[in-house]
Amino acid sequence: MTAGPFALSKNKDVKDVQERHSVLQADGTIAAGAQPRMEEEFLLEALRWMMKSRLYDTRVISLQRQGQFGVFSPGMGQEASIVGSAMALDPTRDWIVPQYRELMATVHHGLPLEIITAQYLGKIGPARIPDGVRVLPTQVSIAAQLPQATGLAWGLRLRGEDAVVMAYIGEGGSSEGDFHEALNLAGVTKSPIVFFLQNNQWAISTSRRVQSATASFALRAAGYGFPGVQVDGNDVMAVYDVALAAVERARKGDGPTLIESVTYRMSFHNTTDNPSRYEDPKEHEEARTRDPIERVQKYLTGLGLWDKKREAALTEELTQENEAALQLAFAAPAPVPADVFANVYDHPPERVVQQKAELLDGRRD
Amino acid sequence: MPQRTIVEAINNALAEEMESDPRVMLLGLDVGRLGGVFRTTTGLVERFGAERVVDTPLAEASIIGASLGLALAGMVPVAEIQFLGFTAQGFHQIGPQLGKFRQRSRGRYHCQVTIRAPFGGGIRSPEFHSDAVEAPFVQTPGIKIVMPSNPYDAKGLLLEAIRDPDPVLFCEPDRLYRSGRAEVPDGAYTVPFGKAAVVREGEHITLVAWSAAVELCLRAADKLAEEGVSATVVDLRTLAPLDIETLCNQVAKTGRCVIVHEAPLSAGFGAEVSATLMEQIFYDLDAPVARVGAFDVPFPAASLEDYYLPSLDRVVEAVRKTLQS
Repeated sequence: MTAGPFALSKNKDVKDVQERHSVLQADGTIAAGAQPRMEEEFLLEALRWMMKSRLYDTRVISLQRQGQFGVFSPGMGQEASIVGSAMALDPTRDWIVPQYRELMATVHHGLPLEIITAQYLGKIGPARIPDGVRVLPTQVSIAAQLPQATGLAWGLRLRGEDAVVMAYIGEGGSSEGDFHEALNLAGVTKSPIVFFLQNNQWAISTSRRVQSATASFALRAAGYGFPGVQVDGNDVMAVYDVALAAVERARKGDGPTLIESVTYRMSFHNTTDNPSRYEDPKEHEEARTRDPIERVQKYLTGLGLWDKKREAALTEELTQENEAALQLAFAAPAPVPADVFANVYDHPPERVVQQKAELLDGRRD
Repeated sequence: MPQRTIVEAINNALAEEMESDPRVMLLGLDVGRLGGVFRTTTGLVERFGAERVVDTPLAEASIIGASLGLALAGMVPVAEIQFLGFTAQGFHQIGPQLGKFRQRSRGRYHCQVTIRAPFGGGIRSPEFHSDAVEAPFVQTPGIKIVMPSNPYDAKGLLLEAIRDPDPVLFCEPDRLYRSGRAEVPDGAYTVPFGKAAVVREGEHITLVAWSAAVELCLRAADKLAEEGVSATVVDLRTLAPLDIETLCNQVAKTGRCVIVHEAPLSAGFGAEVSATLMEQIFYDLDAPVARVGAFDVPFPAASLEDYYLPSLDRVVEAVRKTLQS
């Protein structure tokens, strides 16, 4: 694989910001000296959410290949990052500001799966985030959500709310100007926010190696005056630990944290992508040995809390759950032409009112 | 009744609204102790504190993006971008984000955000400070574009903007900031969006303008009056929404129209005004609709701006030609 003209060898003068935080190793054993905060019952819950995410992605990719689902970006391989970070939040007061590869984090936070599914199906009314669910819409304009997330966190503090914002971004998105502006402003305002950067090694076909010359994305936090930590993003126990510490720090009023969750995109950018054109199969196979779900299953098996029978039963249960949500989303009313004009203005301008009448003239919807 | 300049009218509107609504806050470059580069926010940090009048880092995209987030949290942010030309570095947070957020969220969220930005030539500013870039924002639906030309409207339109549940880009004519005083009452009043003002009534021709170009058109009307030509002057006040009814009625009455703006001619908002007149009142026109804008070159060095911007002579000449055809 050629890495392109700007390929950078690792800069030997710059060390990683610190040890990569690790608790549950790829072989399913606890790292030496690690003291996990996640207890067994909680870990079983994390496993449930990770499996739900993997099963949903698998099903949706299959539906997309049959022409029944739109363009979709799966979270496969990143389930520990997605679930471990969300589990550190309190859905009754904290907020999630997503990019677009954290679907199950938003579902964990209270957004019904059928509603986010309806959004992918192009539904309008049925895709509205319910009142009281503290989640912003998925953001396709990379990094544009970050200044907004900083403003949200800042505003929640000004309003006297005891809330923390978890904002998601990828390593590719960290090259955007909005990333810099948002983190800089968050540092200055000491806003209660956690920037959760999923370094999945790929921005479509662009390798992490050409995205930045920095040795670690977590290092960048130093330039904004707050801590940056690096974590094994395939280790749900470690992700939960660092996310919880960052959330607690923000809640105490000590300001933001940047978390670099080092993971691997096991599927593709989205359903239009073809990684065989650019991804080294060896790299992919190597990443497969670090699967975030399998290591939890191995660990729990060792504790006598997991076996093939339990796996089959939970798989069946989660498949039914996902299927029910998919059915609800498919059955939800399709948009009508008038929805072109829905949800744009509180008071639409006269010309827009006329345009709507023009579109609907003679229609019976 | 108190007489105020535009700067004083804006300061008065902000102070009164912050007094009556504790959610209202100001943010931007140098809006605190300095009071803004044009001093529009003078005295407000002393009165309302540094939590509500916030000097931000020098970064337009985050000033605007953070305002969106602040609004979602329940604040009512009024952001100042030091000059409209500098919105280029935050453009994506205005149209694509603020303008689309209500739609993107299927109506769950709305953005009660006002962005104030001075603009316009004639004050010998450095590069990029004078650019009249209002027209690109008309192509980003969801944003209202407000263009006051005088102190009374500046206060009333600003209060309307701050109270609007949807985002507003409020462009201030820096050339006119202190050029004169007008009656601006104490206390809250609003000037509605989408209602053009007929600031002078005449019989022979209708001049259409917004912002500082309204003042130019009034001077042109004075000069034309010496030649026996009586001109109507329409101040559009807001480009989005556009007051099509007043525009068309006033042009139909005289049958002739010249549109004047500081932005480059091609694809300036004058083109939209002209096209609207063609569609709506073609048979009431006695002459082709004419436009006077800046030339289709980038804003030149300040030493050349008087040649670049629409001048009194160019407006008067355009009127004479239109009257002859």
